[in-house]
Amino acid sequence: MDCTNVQTLLDIYLDRELDAVRNLEIEAHLEGCARCSQSFGDRQIIRYGLKTESLYFKAPADLQKRIQRSVREAARAEMPTPWFSLSWMRIAAPMTAAALVVLLLIPFIKGPSTDERLTEDIVGSHIRSLMVNHLADVPSTDEHTVKPWFNGKIDFSPPVSDLAKEGFPLVGGRLDYLNDRPVAALVYQRDTHVINVFVWPSDKSAQISGPIKTRQGYHVIRWASAGVNFWVVSDLETSQLAKFAELLKSSVATSPR
Amino acid sequence: MGGQDKLERFEQTILPHLDAAYNLARWLTRNEQDAQDMVQEASLRAFKFFDGFRGGDARAWLLTTVRNTCYTWLEQNRKSRATTSFDEELHGVEDNALNPSVLAIKGNDIEMLKESLEELPDEFREVIVLRDLEELSYKQIAEVINAPLGTVMSRLARARGQLKRILCSRFKETP
Repeated sequence: MDCTNVQTLLDIYLDRELDAVRNLEIEAHLEGCARCSQSFGDRQIIRYGLKTESLYFKAPADLQKRIQRSVREAARAEMPTPWFSLSWMRIAAPMTAAALVVLLLIPFIKGPSTDERLTEDIVGSHIRSLMVNHLADVPSTDEHTVKPWFNGKIDFSPPVSDLAKEGFPLVGGRLDYLNDRPVAALVYQRDTHVINVFVWPSDKSAQISGPIKTRQGYHVIRWASAGVNFWVVSDLETSQLAKFAELLKSSVATSPR
Repeated sequence: MGGQDKLERFEQTILPHLDAAYNLARWLTRNEQDAQDMVQEASLRAFKFFDGFRGGDARAWLLTTVRNTCYTWLEQNRKSRATTSFDEELHGVEDNALNPSVLAIKGNDIEMLKESLEELPDEFREVIVLRDLEELSYKQIAEVINAPLGTVMSRLARARGQLKRILCSRFKETP
């Protein structure tokens, strides 16, 4: 084998990816050729230098945790119909027992309040919107696109404001059905968390608000102001969600209807 | 496959290779913060398409996703890729011999080596990172960079040649 051939194969030889026959040929050539031997030596030196620990960047510890968290979140979002999933099977037995107790107690207690039922419905609606990949009928970050879209589809005009500057960008809107009536669902986002805001007219004009409720890991904040019901639901942590609610309240109060 | 089951399998097979993922992303983006973002984004993408992973080489599979994510990012940040137009002529055509003792001894030279590697075009830098730092086989590299084996071999040889030329010219600059 001549120098040109050897030079071509030198890297493959260095990487031990050469077949046995040519391996031997190169070894023999290197023994007798100072020039090729020198350039092989250089490759070894560089390779040796590249193995230095400080050139290999290890993932920072908190990155690992962050990724684990976001992957788990993604896993939760793509869980199949929850009533078949494993975690539901695990709690099915205690639930059956609880149901039995409830059945026995029914004569003595009142059914769930409409408020309670609505909370469940809202959480259910939120989960469905994430599961079936039907977040928005009108995907848009522009409030002036989302708001008019509801014209003619619903008997009121929902207040829509973009809170992107505050870190809660508008993602879109869709129609939903709650409390025996069609309602407007406005979709916002915070990092990877989705926030659904359900809006419909209220018969009370006074400002009221309820405490934060948590169902199946989702938090619900609700209030009514200026004749409109607002129900906000998300898996975002409560302090952040409360901040979002405050922003929404004040932007609705200041924006022209 | 249930969501919980998928999550557990993903955490066991893919997450152990986060160091490899980060190392590649760090060399491709050349900075810490972007590398972290790339790995996070790639991990989520990998999870999303994990059903398509039919066993086999988990590290190469994850690295493929990391690489694709990084290249998308590099496309968008092309302004910082001035090094792609690296001029082979400028850095000397002579096949200079390295002084063996230098690299082996001085810590400074490792820094010089790091800078030289960063100066290489992305396509060259990544094969060196995958081969010499990550120690992947040619076959695995071919999978990650989605190229035939022959391309891997020639690219690796050219990358090393160019790395050596940059190093030599840097040695000459240092008094």
